[in-house]
Amino acid sequence: MSANTPPKDSLQTISTRLVDPVAWRVLRRCYGYLRHYRRVVVGAYLAVIAINGLNVVMPQLIRGLIDRGLTGRDLTFAGQAVVGLLVLAALKAGLTFIQQRWLEVASQSVAYDLRNDLQTKLTDLSFSFHDQSEAGQLLSRAIQDVERIRFLTGRAIFRVIDGFVLGIGTAVVLVLMSPRLAALVLLTLPLLLWRALHYASLARPLSGLIQDQLGALTTRLEQSLRGIRVVKAFAQEQAEIERFDVANQRWFNLSALSERLDAINNPLLDLIINLGTVIILVVGGGLIISGQMTLGELVAFTTYLAQLSGPVRTVGRVIPAIAMASAAGERIFSVLDANPEVNDAPNAIRLPPVRGHVRFENVSLTYGGRRPAVHDINFEAQPGQIIALLGATGAGKSTLTHLISRFYDPTEGRVTIDDYDLRGVTRASLRRQIGVVLQETTLFAATIRENIAFGRPDAPEEEIIAAAKAAQAHDFILQTPADYDTEVGERGVTLSGGQKQRVAIARALLTDPRILILDDATASVDTETESLIQEALNRLMLGRTAFVIAHRLSTMRRADLILVLEKGQIIARGTHASLIESSPMYAEIYHRQQPQTQLVRGLEGRGA
Amino acid sequence: MSFSQGGPRSALERAGNAAATGRLFHWPVVRRMLVYLRPYRTRIAVAMLLMLVATGLSLLTPYLIKVAIDQAIGGRNWPLLIQVSGLTALAFVALFGATVTRSYLLGWVGQRALTDIRSDLFRHLHRLSLSYYDTHIVGVVVSRVINDVETISDLLTQGLIQLLGDVLVLVGIVGVMLYLNTRLALLAFTVVPIMVVMTRVFSLHARRAYRQTRSTVASLVGDLAEEIAGMRVIQAFAREDASRARFAQVNDANRNANIMAMSLSFVFQPATDYLGTLASAIVLWFGGLAVARGELTVGVLVAFLAYVTRFFQPIQELSQLQTTLQSAMAGGEQVVALLETKPQIEDRPGASELKPITGRVTFEDVTFRYNPDGPLVLRGINLTIQPGQTVALVGPTGAGKTSIASLMMRFYDVSGGAIRMDGIDIRNVTQRSLCRQTGMVTQDSFLFAGTVADNIRFGHPSATPADVEAAARLANAHEFITLMEQGYATRILEAGANLSLGQRQLICIARAALANPRLLILDEATAHVDTVTEALIQEALDRLFAGRTAIVIAHRLSTIENADLILVVNEGQIVERGTHAELLARGGLYRTLYERQFVAVKSAGDES
Repeated sequence: MSANTPPKDSLQTISTRLVDPVAWRVLRRCYGYLRHYRRVVVGAYLAVIAINGLNVVMPQLIRGLIDRGLTGRDLTFAGQAVVGLLVLAALKAGLTFIQQRWLEVASQSVAYDLRNDLQTKLTDLSFSFHDQSEAGQLLSRAIQDVERIRFLTGRAIFRVIDGFVLGIGTAVVLVLMSPRLAALVLLTLPLLLWRALHYASLARPLSGLIQDQLGALTTRLEQSLRGIRVVKAFAQEQAEIERFDVANQRWFNLSALSERLDAINNPLLDLIINLGTVIILVVGGGLIISGQMTLGELVAFTTYLAQLSGPVRTVGRVIPAIAMASAAGERIFSVLDANPEVNDAPNAIRLPPVRGHVRFENVSLTYGGRRPAVHDINFEAQPGQIIALLGATGAGKSTLTHLISRFYDPTEGRVTIDDYDLRGVTRASLRRQIGVVLQETTLFAATIRENIAFGRPDAPEEEIIAAAKAAQAHDFILQTPADYDTEVGERGVTLSGGQKQRVAIARALLTDPRILILDDATASVDTETESLIQEALNRLMLGRTAFVIAHRLSTMRRADLILVLEKGQIIARGTHASLIESSPMYAEIYHRQQPQTQLVRGLEGRGA
Repeated sequence: MSFSQGGPRSALERAGNAAATGRLFHWPVVRRMLVYLRPYRTRIAVAMLLMLVATGLSLLTPYLIKVAIDQAIGGRNWPLLIQVSGLTALAFVALFGATVTRSYLLGWVGQRALTDIRSDLFRHLHRLSLSYYDTHIVGVVVSRVINDVETISDLLTQGLIQLLGDVLVLVGIVGVMLYLNTRLALLAFTVVPIMVVMTRVFSLHARRAYRQTRSTVASLVGDLAEEIAGMRVIQAFAREDASRARFAQVNDANRNANIMAMSLSFVFQPATDYLGTLASAIVLWFGGLAVARGELTVGVLVAFLAYVTRFFQPIQELSQLQTTLQSAMAGGEQVVALLETKPQIEDRPGASELKPITGRVTFEDVTFRYNPDGPLVLRGINLTIQPGQTVALVGPTGAGKTSIASLMMRFYDVSGGAIRMDGIDIRNVTQRSLCRQTGMVTQDSFLFAGTVADNIRFGHPSATPADVEAAARLANAHEFITLMEQGYATRILEAGANLSLGQRQLICIARAALANPRLLILDEATAHVDTVTEALIQEALDRLFAGRTAIVIAHRLSTIENADLILVVNEGQIVERGTHAELLARGGLYRTLYERQFVAVKSAGDES
């Protein structure tokens, strides 16, 4: 167990510089988002100045009340001062509301803009980006990280400015009232600021570490529960518990450190201010005794000092949050700055309706500096032909089809459709003419009708039903609770794998594409459904250029051209009849499926 | 004069987070949770003591300042001023020490208890039987362990003790104020009812508004999550613009809901502050009159002002106590319910270790239902599997194939009859020793976040790299693993996103091979993989089965033709048994199932 002790964390090892140059750049960029809302922002800041002006004036009223009203027995003045205090306080309350509301509007709008930008960017980024990113991380950027920026552009910086404005205003008034006493009081200011910053420099990295550790803890738990069958089947409960305890213990160590830091911080700020009050009492008391100061001034002095403690505290708390927000900003901008590898060229034209003549000329694609995903691909598909792609996982079949939809651009060579180089046409005009049915069927949480009409939201009812019929989906749709209006997914009916696939086929059919890309695997469905899907697919391919990632003999037999891929290259091509003679690999795949076929023949013989 | 702690957002969250209904105080929950505090009772006692000290000191200091103003400054008594100031400074330092120590002690205990509860929950979750996971969603359980636990532990340590402190301070302040000047005190207290009513009204509205923001955030997350998951489809159908428009709408709703909710808080906070000023004004006016009449000293007035400022925070916290308590109790109830769930399968007292088995499995008249009032899932199952045999279970979905396999692993206990391994009833041995000799390859090919090597050695953590590689070679996984950039050290992303389905299956086979069980259960994966990978998997499985007893839950008939024994399961009974050839010849259910598949293949054959 001793080998399992978590790493030692201490306050000394985690202190970091508060802001580095990169963070500054990120912060400036975040504030740039406030530009569009400059009117409310400027309004809010003007209100802040006014509020702090009131904060500076109000203790003066108390001072006058004590000195003139009470000590000087001027009751009329005392009454006026009390009323004045209430009026100013009401004004302050009103201004505070306006200022907070405007700032909220501005910062919520920044969050709104950032989220829209992120979403737009995500729809714009090519497959190569989505291949490498995890959905959870993207989501946490759009939700938590944007929240941090919202805080940053809203209350965070405002708090800092608020603190400084009040500090400076207070300092000026104190100096005017009594330069000597003010000098003494103001000595506490740098001390307060230093404490606040010191706290910030520790609290930021520490809270980051705690968050990470809690994340690690959550992942451990979630993984272990999701895989509970595996854990139990392999009798690994004890090992899982030990691993969790290590992560848990480290979380505790970090949290205890943070408790220590927090426990000291606020009381220490209070202590500094309280001791400042005692100094004022001693020195001010002396001044009063020697007649150089009034009691009202003394009370006003202590009120000013007490007034400072709140903002200083908040500055100390806000600075770590600012630093955290700058890290969040970095993550967000890394997405916003990601380069969509596939872009519409500036002079891209709309691809006119095509016949479906697809040609690959010396096409290679390498991503991320690894070995090429496909290499030196040459072939031609005539309109209406069926091209079957065959090969092991990772051989490049999907990559090849993605090049046709232009989800990637080739690093070398070119892909043309009806002699148009794909890089010269807009992505939307190209993809509207290509239908895709993928193996892992994605439907959206919407009605069945909306899912079928996904590629053509304005399609008339008859066409939607016709597409569903052709895809062998009409019958089962009628059996769902609200037929075409049944909600799929979260709130509605869960469709089986085979049903989803048929809806996806209907979806592709409705767009009436000239070119079709499909994966002919049928997720586990009973054999009857399987033949239904097969039939739907056959209808779908009719009269279009079709690229099929082949899993079945039947597809290979009817293909006009079979491309056998290995490690990104075409190692054999031809029809079923020619390949069975010429390609040993093809022959092997074919024979693997043979015994079954022979048995079928045997059955047939017996049945006859 | 700011009385509210933590700003408008946290005020909103505190008020809004509570469950709408629920018990205020749930004794079983508190009792169960208090158990976790017991080991740290000395620290808690010390903290309580320190809290009393701190309360006393914080009440003392305004009084000392009053003495300084009235007797020392008013009486022009220098030595007294120095004395009183010195005392005040000492009191502040002592207050600092007491507050820091108390906060740290309580914070430490809170985090420690939290860590202990989480650790207990994790252990408990791994003791629970699989039937628990059949009916509970992992995400919900995770949130119990991470979030609910936190609310209850916060409440117990920070919340309740803090509130006790608040009450003490409040009682103390009220006492001192009444003692100093009863009339003035009662006048100052007139704002309290207004404050309480205002806080309650705010809590009520805040709860509704906050719920609204949470639901808009949920739809924001939902929408985005769905888009990220379906990004390929969106791009393939060129529907980026529509998805942008929809997202902007959800995003805008979220912005508005947030601004609305926060505005409530923006009204509440300045209003509270204004009440504070009102109380001060009352004290100043009536106190001032009294001073003018010579009934009150200025020192008392200043002390009163200091007490009034400290008066409001505990009142506000107490007014929100109800909602805080309700949410904590609701969370606590869930946690306690989880802790008190009994595992359905436990080792019998005196259960022995299962000695190394040869792999003979017998079912004697086994009946099974998932829960006592549920329908019978299996009826009268009798069978004997000889060591080294490969046995296939086939039959329609829901026939009971998976139940038979789960019973062998003792994931559930039989309702009647017995299952024996080498003649020993598996209910008489420890679960651990049984699981060590059995292995399982599950349908979903679950892999843990971690490296490829970690996953392969999951069931045998001490395995050497050479062992891992040998297992990978046996499973036909070595080749593709070494092709990955970091080979065996490659990290597997969440849900194995960076591996294909086929690759995940191969790694699962390697994992089972390394654990080297005597009895292996394979729940055949349902999703199709491409033909070449399929062949690799079949070959790996053949090697894995060699020399051990293997049970295959077959979803496709083509893979099991070589099984030593095929059991056809229908409606919870074994309806046919024999080899492939025997069963075909018999012309029963097996032949029907087989012919259904044959139709699909035959129609494919006809088209060529």
